[in-house]
Amino acid sequence: MKEEPRIGVFVCHCGVNIGGVVNVPEVAEYAKKLPYVAYAEHDLYTCSEAGLAAIKKAIEEYKLNRVVVASCTPRTHEPLFRATCKEAGVNPYLYEMANIRDQCSWVHMHEPEKATIKAKDLVRMAVAKAALLEPQTEPEVEVKDASLVIGAGVAGMTAALSMANQGFKVYLIERDKEPGGIVQRLHKLYPTLADSSEVVDPLVEAVRSHKNIELMTSTTLKEVSGYIGNFHVTLTSLSGDKEINVGTIIVAIGALNYRPPTGLYQYGVYDRVLTQEELDGILKKGSLEEPDRIVMIQCVGARKGEIRPSELEAFPKSDTAELLRKILKARKEEGWPYCSRICCMNAIKNAILVKEKSPRTDVVILFGDLRVYKEYEDFYRRARDLEVRFIRHIEEVPPEITQTSDGKLEVMAYDALSGLEVKFPADWVVLSTPLRPRRGEVILARMLKIPISTDGFLMEAHLKLRPVDTNVDGVFLAGTVSGPKDVSESIITGEAAAARASILMGNRKVSTEAVTAVVDKDLCIGCGLCEEICPYGGPKIEERKSKIREILCRGCGSCAAECPRRAITMRHFGDHQVLAQVTALLMPESPKGG
Amino acid sequence: MVIGGGIAGIQASSDLANRGFKVYLVEKSPSIGGRMAQLDKTFPTMDCSMCILAPKMIECARHPNVQLLTYSEVRGVNGSVGNFKVKVVRKPRYVDETKCTGCGICSDNCPAEAPNEFDENLGIRKAIYMPFPQAVPRLVTVDKDNCIECGLCENVCPANAVNREQQPEEIVLDVGAIVVATGFDMFDPSVIPQYGYKRFKNVITAMELERTLCASGPTGGHLIRPSDGKIPRSIAFIQCVGSRDRRKWIDHPYCSSICCKYAVKDAVLIKEHEPDSRVTIFYIDMRAFGRGFQEFVNRAKSEFGILFIRSNPGEISENPNTNNLIVWFEDLITRTVHNATFDLVVLCPTLIPRKGVEELAKILGVELDNYGFFKSVDAVKKPLDTTVPGIFACGYCLGPKTGDVPDSVAQGSATAGRIAEVLAGMEVS
Repeated sequence: MKEEPRIGVFVCHCGVNIGGVVNVPEVAEYAKKLPYVAYAEHDLYTCSEAGLAAIKKAIEEYKLNRVVVASCTPRTHEPLFRATCKEAGVNPYLYEMANIRDQCSWVHMHEPEKATIKAKDLVRMAVAKAALLEPQTEPEVEVKDASLVIGAGVAGMTAALSMANQGFKVYLIERDKEPGGIVQRLHKLYPTLADSSEVVDPLVEAVRSHKNIELMTSTTLKEVSGYIGNFHVTLTSLSGDKEINVGTIIVAIGALNYRPPTGLYQYGVYDRVLTQEELDGILKKGSLEEPDRIVMIQCVGARKGEIRPSELEAFPKSDTAELLRKILKARKEEGWPYCSRICCMNAIKNAILVKEKSPRTDVVILFGDLRVYKEYEDFYRRARDLEVRFIRHIEEVPPEITQTSDGKLEVMAYDALSGLEVKFPADWVVLSTPLRPRRGEVILARMLKIPISTDGFLMEAHLKLRPVDTNVDGVFLAGTVSGPKDVSESIITGEAAAARASILMGNRKVSTEAVTAVVDKDLCIGCGLCEEICPYGGPKIEERKSKIREILCRGCGSCAAECPRRAITMRHFGDHQVLAQVTALLMPESPKGG
Repeated sequence: MVIGGGIAGIQASSDLANRGFKVYLVEKSPSIGGRMAQLDKTFPTMDCSMCILAPKMIECARHPNVQLLTYSEVRGVNGSVGNFKVKVVRKPRYVDETKCTGCGICSDNCPAEAPNEFDENLGIRKAIYMPFPQAVPRLVTVDKDNCIECGLCENVCPANAVNREQQPEEIVLDVGAIVVATGFDMFDPSVIPQYGYKRFKNVITAMELERTLCASGPTGGHLIRPSDGKIPRSIAFIQCVGSRDRRKWIDHPYCSSICCKYAVKDAVLIKEHEPDSRVTIFYIDMRAFGRGFQEFVNRAKSEFGILFIRSNPGEISENPNTNNLIVWFEDLITRTVHNATFDLVVLCPTLIPRKGVEELAKILGVELDNYGFFKSVDAVKKPLDTTVPGIFACGYCLGPKTGDVPDSVAQGSATAGRIAEVLAGMEVS
C-alpha cells in the first residue's frame, strides 16, 4: 500500500533572477492550496546552505515524502537538491523541479504579471507529477582500473603517464608509426624556444618504458561498446585485431593545421608561398638561407566565414559525424570562424628564429589584432627589439600576392594606420593558418557518441566548469581535440583528463542513471524498432522480446516514443506522470492534479 | 592542503577529495567562492556565474574528505614533498562555528556599518556579516575593525553563538602536497591620474560594474551611474588600464588575458539591460582568443551594435555640471584626435598578484616570477609545478597563464592529478 503523498514546495527567489519578476510569495501561497501539498515556503536562495537546511527541516517536521523545488534548472541544481532529499531520508527520485527561472522569469522579464501566472502553472504541473513519482535506485557499476588513451601526442602521452604513475594500466594507441604527434614536427616551442624534442623525447621515452603502459602504434580504434567502467574496445593494426576492456577512455587525437586551398594567397601556385608549419620544417632542417625579406600573413583561414545554419542542421542529433563532414568540406574553402589562439605566438617565434639566424632579413608580419596574451607580451617585445616589423593591415581587403619577372614575390596590402597601399617585395610569403579539427573525429564522435561543437571540435560537457569531461560518462578530452591550445595548455588538459579518469578508476565503482527504459514483456512483440532507433545500443531483442541493458540506457526515451505497442515506458517519466502534468496545465481546477 | 578557495582551489580540492585524499582547504576570507562569486555572468555562454558556482562550492564543502578552514591563513611550512608540516592560524570570527546557523538576525540588528568588500565597497554591510547570501560556510563573522562593541548581536542571537572573547587558534596540519590557488588582485587605476578614477564619480572599474549589473549586487542589478543614480545612456570601456604598460610607476608589461573578453561580455550585458544605450570599447588589440570568443565578438558588433574603436585614450575630463565624462582619444585607424562624451566610463584594469603573495612565497620557499606571480619550474613542460617539489599552483596566482574560468578548472583538476601521481610514486619508492 502506497503512502499518501505529502508534498513540500520550495519556491526560490534566486536573488532577483526570479524574485525581480515573479511574485514569489504569491506562488508559494498558491502552492499551499494544491492537492497533496503539505507545506510550501519561499527562500531568497533555496540552493544556499540555509535553503537546503530548510528543506531538510520541513521534510522532518511536516513528514514530507515528495519535494518540489521551483527555481532554476536541473542541469546545474538537480543533483544538489536530490542529495538533500536523500540526506533527509527521501528517495532522490521523489523530487521534481519546476524551472521558473530559465523558462519563466528570464524569458518574460517585461511581463511580471503573466510570468507569475506561468510560474504557478509550472508549479502546479510539477506538483501533479510529484504526486505520482516513484522511488528509483541508481545501479552501481564496477570500474575497471585500466584506461585507453587515443592518440600519443603530447596531451595523450601526458595523460597516459599520469595514470600509469598512479598505478593504472594504460593502453596508449597511436595511428601513426611513431608517438609524438603534431608537436614533434615542430622546430622550437614558444616562449622558451626549447627544441620540441626536449618536450617530446622524454615523454616518448617514458611511455615506451613504463611498465603500466602498453603503447600500440599504427593502431586505430575499430569498435567500442560498453559503458563507463567497462568499455569493450576492439583495436586494429596490421598484425590484426586486439580486444581490451577498460574503465575509462581519454580522447587525445589532436588537431591538424589548416592547409589553404590552392590559389588562396597564391598558395600552391608559387612555391615560395608557405604555411607557418612548412616554414617550421625548413627551419628545422636549417635550410633557410639569408633571404632579403619574409612576409607573414596572420589569420589565413581563421576568423573567416561563418558556419551556416544549414551546416548545423544535423546538430544536435546523435549523428554528429555528418555535421563535421559538412563543416570540414565548407571550411576548406572559406576558412574557420574562430581564433586559433596560438598562431600569433607561432609567427613571432618563427620571426625571432629567422632574425636570430639572419639579422639582415627583413621580417614583416601583417596582422589584424595581435593576440599575444599572457606574458607572451615579452616575447612580442623581444621580436620588436630584433626589429621584426609588425604592420596592422586592413583585413577586409586581403593582401594580394604577385610574382615579378625576376621570380620574386610581391605582397600588396593596405596599411591600417595610413590607409595607404603598401608593397613588399619578398623572398618568402608565410601564411599563419589555424588548427582545425581532424577528420578522425568523425569516426570517434560516432563510436563514442560525443557531440561535436559548432566550431567543429569535440564538445566538452560544460564550457566553463567541465572543460575535459564529455557528456559520455567515463570519456574525457585532452589537448587540441577540444579546440586550439598551445603545448603547455595541452599538457595541462592531459593532466586534468587523467585526474578526472583516475577518480573513477580509483573509486572502483560508480552509480549510473536510474532513469531508464522498462519493457512490458506481455505487450512487446519483438519487432526490434527499439533496437534500431536507440543511439546508445541499449535495447536488444532476445527470445523475440526486447531487453534493455540498463547500464547503456541514457534515458532519452526514443524507444518509448517509437514502440508501436507502447510496451516501453520510462522510469521517472511514465505516461501517467507526464499526462498528469499536461492535465494539470490544461485543467487547473481538476482535482488531485489529474 | 589547498590554499585559496576560488574556482581553481575548489576544483583541485573536489578532485583530490574524490580521488580519496584528505584535503584541507584554507581560505583567507570568511567564505570560499573567490572572484567567480563576484561575477554577474560568465563569457561567452552568459551563464549566471553564481548559479553555476554555488553547487560546486557546496559540493566541495560537503565532501567528507574536505575540511574547510575559512578565515584562516598559512603562517609556516616545514618539511618536503610527502611530508609537510603546515602551521595555520584560524583568525577569530568571534562567532562559534558549531552554533551559528547563519540566520542573519545579528546582522539585521547590528548598528555598525562598513563598506562591503564583496560589492567592491559600493554598498555597505554590517560589522557582523555574511559576505554574500550563498556564502559557504554559512556563518557570520565579526569585523572587529568596525565593531563598536555594543553587544547587541550577543543579545539577539537565538543560537547563543556570538563569542566576543574568541582568540586566534593555531593548528598544525600534516600534508603530503600543497596547492597554491590564491588568485589575483586588481590594479588600482587611480595610479593613472589622467583617467580620473576616484576623482570623477562616474569613472568606475570593471569589477564595480560587474557588481552593479549583478542581481544580488548593491543596486539590485540596475545599471545606474554613481553621481546621480540615473541610467547611463552612453558607456565607454577602456582596455589595458595598467596592462601592457611599461611606464616605471606602473610596470605591468604583460597582457592580463581576460579583459577584452569580459569587456565584450559586459558591453553585451549592458545592451541587454538597456537596449537603447550606446556602448563603445576602446582597445589596442582585441584579444578574443579561446573557444567561442571570436564568434562572440562578431555578435557583439553585428547583433548588439557595440562600437569598437582602436585607441588607448589619453585623458578623461569631467563636465562639473553634469558629471559627464569627456574622453580624449586618437583613433588609430583614422589617425585623428577626437573627444567624445559619455555618461559612464568603465576602466578594465590589469590583474596583479594578490597582496601578500611575497610573504606566502617566502613561507613556502617557492620562487615568484618577474611580475610577482608564482613561477612554474618549466613554463612548457611542468606549467603547474612550482620551484619546490610537492608544491603546485593553479589558477591566476600563476599569472595570466590562466585565460578564464575553464582554464582555472582544468588547472585545478590537473594539479589534483599531479599530486595523485607524485604521491603514488612515493609510495612505490
